[in-house]
Parts: sequence; C-alpha cells; structure tokens
Amino acid sequence: MQTVVELAKLSVCFGKREILTDLSVELSGRTIGLLGPNGAGKSTLILTLLGFYPVKRGSAQVLGHDIRRHTKQVRTLVGYMPENDSFIADMTAVSFVRMMGELSGLPAESALERAHEVLFYVGLGEARYRKLGTYSVGMKQMAKLAQAIVHGPRLLILDEPTNGLDPSARRRMLRLIGDIRDSGQMHVLLCSHLLRDVEETCEEVLILKQGRIVHYANLAQQRSVNQRFVEIETSDDHASLAEALTEIGCKCTTGGNGRLKMVLPEDFDLRQIYRVAAEQDLPLRRLNYRRDTLEDIFLAAMEA
Amino acid sequence: MAVYKQTYKGYSGTRTTPWLRFFILSRYSYARLFQSKFLVLFLAACMFYPLGCAIFIYLSHNIPLLTALRLQSGGMPPIDGAFFNVYCVVQGGLAFLLTVLVGPSLVAPDLANGGMSLYLSRPFSRTQYVAGKMTILLLLLSLITWIPGMLLFLIKAGCAGWDWTRVHAWLAGSIVLGLWIWIVVLSLIALALSAWVKWKVAAGALILGVFFAGAGFGAAINNVTGTHYGAFIDLMKVVRTVWSDLFRNSSAADLSLTQAWTVLGVTCGLCLWLLAKRIRAFEVVK
Repeated sequence: MQTVVELAKLSVCFGKREILTDLSVELSGRTIGLLGPNGAGKSTLILTLLGFYPVKRGSAQVLGHDIRRHTKQVRTLVGYMPENDSFIADMTAVSFVRMMGELSGLPAESALERAHEVLFYVGLGEARYRKLGTYSVGMKQMAKLAQAIVHGPRLLILDEPTNGLDPSARRRMLRLIGDIRDSGQMHVLLCSHLLRDVEETCEEVLILKQGRIVHYANLAQQRSVNQRFVEIETSDDHASLAEALTEIGCKCTTGGNGRLKMVLPEDFDLRQIYRVAAEQDLPLRRLNYRRDTLEDIFLAAMEA
Repeated sequence: MAVYKQTYKGYSGTRTTPWLRFFILSRYSYARLFQSKFLVLFLAACMFYPLGCAIFIYLSHNIPLLTALRLQSGGMPPIDGAFFNVYCVVQGGLAFLLTVLVGPSLVAPDLANGGMSLYLSRPFSRTQYVAGKMTILLLLLSLITWIPGMLLFLIKAGCAGWDWTRVHAWLAGSIVLGLWIWIVVLSLIALALSAWVKWKVAAGALILGVFFAGAGFGAAINNVTGTHYGAFIDLMKVVRTVWSDLFRNSSAADLSLTQAWTVLGVTCGLCLWLLAKRIRAFEVVK
C-alpha cells in the first residue's frame, strides 16, 4: 500500500515558538483522521503539508513527494477544503468551481464539464447558477468540497468539513466522504474535533497534543481482528478478579469505578467469568460487549 | 444514469501549461468587470480624447478640407513632443480614474472572503496570483493609454511621411515607455492598497487619497518648509517630470529627473513589499 503521508522528525516554528515537534509517522490508510484538542497543531500540520508554513527541521512527504522540493506537484495531487469561509462572493458556484479546476491545470472545457459533475455530485446541481454569496453555511461547505475534488486529486484534505452543519447536512457530508473513500480513487485526510465523524469515516487515526503525536491507532485493523471485547462492572475491588481472569487467558485492563475491560480468547465461554466471580464472592453488576471507542482512545491519549 | 445519481469520478485527462495559468484569473475578472455598464461607458468615454486627436491630426494634413472650413494650417499647433505630452497627461488622468474604479475589487474581496487559501493550495504561486491580477489592469489601462497613443503616432506618420517619421521616431518610444511607467505604478499601488485594507470602498478611497492627499500634503510641506521636498510625495508631479524629459519638454519641475525616477522606483518597491506581506494563504498571528 502506498504511503500517503510520511513525516520524519518534522518540526515547525512560528517565530521562536515551536508548534510541531519531531513528528514521525507513516500513514497509508484510505481515510486518515487527525485529532487533537484546540491548539494541538492539526491545522498547522495540514498547512505545512500544503507548503504554506516552512519546515524548521525534519522532512515530510505527501504521496512520495517532498513538500519542500516538490511543492507544486504536491499541490497538484492534493485537494484542500479549508475550515473557514473561503469563496469568491460574486461568482456563481459553477464559475467558481470551474475556475478552481482551471487553476489546478484542467483545460477550460474539461473544467466546465467537471464543475457541473461535481456540483451535482455534492448536491448543489439545482443551485449551481446561484452566486456563492447567497448560499447557506451548509451549501458553502458543499461548494468548498466541490472545488476540492474538481481536479480529481489523489489526496483530499478536509479541515473540519462538518463545521456549522445541521444534522442532516452533516450526515450528507459524511456520506459523501464515505462514498469518495469507497470509490478508491483518492485518500482522505480528515481533520476534525468531532470524534464520531472520524470514527465513522476513518481507518487510521493520529492524535496530536501540544504539537506532538500522542497516539496512532489503526481502527481498520482493530475492527478486522476477530476479538471479543467485554466490559464488566463489579461492586468491589476487582484486582483479584482481574488476576484470576488473566490466568484463564483474558487480557484485562482496569477502567476505574469497578470497571474491568478485557479481550477474550477464542472459544472462551462467558460462563467462566461468572464462575470466577462467584469463586471470589464478587457480585457482577453489569457485563456487556464493548470495544474501545475512539473517545476512549482519545481520552486515554490526552491523559497520557 | 441520471446526473443526480452520479458517483465520484476521478480525472485523468490532460493538464494545461503551468506558467500560462495566471491568465485564468484575468479572464474571469474581465468577465465580471464587463458586466458593469458603467465601466463599459467609461471605457468608451476614455476614447473621446484620442478620437479628437486623430481628427485633429487628419485635419492638419488635409489642406483642401481646412480651406473649405476656412482654417489655416499654419495656425494649428504642431504634432510634436508637447502634443503627446499633453496626450499623456489627459489619458494618464483617465487611467488613474479607471484604476480607482477597477483596482479595489481585485485583491480585497479575495482576502476578505478567505479565498487566498483556495488559490494558493493549487499549483499556483503568489507571483502568478499577482501577475494575474496585475494583467487585468495592465491590459485595461493599455487600451486607453499607449495603444491609442501609438495609433495617433502611426496616423501622424502616415500623413506626414517618412521624413517626419524618421526624425520623430523617438516619440513612439517615449509614448510607450512613459505610459507603461504610469500603468505599472498605478497597477502596483492599486493592488497593494487593495491587499492592505481588504475592503473595496476603503481601498478606493485610499487610492484617491494617495494621489490627492499626496499632492495636497506635498504642497503644504513645500509652503511650510520653503523647500521642494513635498514634491517627493506628489506622484502626479513625479510622473510629469519623467514625461517632460521623455518628450523633451522644458519644465520648471521641483524635482530632478534622478529624484523622480528614484521616487517611482521606491514606490514600486514599497508596493511589491506590501504585496509580498499580504498575499499569503494564511496569516501567522504572532
């Protein structure tokens, strides 16, 4: 599988302040989520990959191209949907998307054809001759997505694509991202605060905190592994219970408040848990199947 | 399949030459600009003076017509450097007004709407962006300045014959160079101010201010200090000094030619510096 983004000890500074510090990772998923609290450096990383901010140390490659030496090639291969309002108010959507296509190198006729196609694709077909200044927030987001994909990029960078969207528009946006992912024609790098959005769409997740990578998770791999995750809640101290369950092949981690998470081995009979608990005279309050959600991963990474 | 049921399709067709892409901005801007009837009327009005000059040149060489109109050819002013210097002053003034009309809408809306990140995230550089925006003004201003000026020169050359053309060939160079200098200065000032204030109306007011307030302050400085240093900020006076030299006219200018060229050079440099500062995909808040 081709590496989409490769960072090698990448550091970025604004003046004397280091915003990104020694980032090293290889990302090759079809959809990659970029998570982190405000000020973690997510947008700075995206803008650095686009060549807007200078690299202080280290290097970064996008689809095999060095961002410093081959900036133009990187920008040809990338479609970028910015977080903030970015449009040209007195242009119709079709002219706007066509112009952006032409600026990316499409001939005028192809750009016009593609502009119509992508505007229909994102659901703005009926409104494509309206001026962008008259669009609602949701429509502007869709127009931004249209301009990002008009030239058929190989990597689509989405910075907070569901910002300001109502639930139905958010669902439509996520469906489009999923559809783009499933088309197999481009990778998606999604930067968002909304864990559910990332969890729904992404295969790989990179979590940043204070300009450093604090966690990398391959969600697709975790989902595909045939493991059973169980969480139990007891009324008392469960250290001895965890020890006993580990002895019979479970992998346990304590979750606080009497909670115990574990991965069960293959062909494990759940009744064994009850038996061990009974032996220790520990009443079980709850038992449910549960794998770590992205929220668990994120919170653990933030606490680390 | 119905168009609304389309799935995403990639693009694998041909790509255009990168270095020519700055014309795309000019093309779209012209399409927007020429939707304004006022601008079209103004452009047409800008052609009245060159048209009058062309009629004058034709008349001054048409003795039978002059006789029929009971006019004497000897009484008409000669077509020389002074004639074209006046032409430059008139059309240069109109070029300034056209710049005030068109200039503010070039960069300010892109910055105000956050459009810069969309342009610059493509294989399209800041230099290409400025070149694309500047081409809009360069071509529009050329249409009303040196192009009709050269046509007037050619009409005169056609009427007066080879001897006149050979002796006055320098006039062609002066027309082109003199007006190009003015066009470049106007375009750079308009772009820089449009990029600096982000607001169209304010940018228009600022362009007017740079020229009129500059002239006013310049005169005030001269009066108060009893020097000629005020002329340095009066760009109209500066460019007229250059034109007077190019058209070999004697003028009682407050500036030497070297000073005038230096002021123009510094102005252009300052505008380029402002553009380099402002034309960025994102601002870094320190």
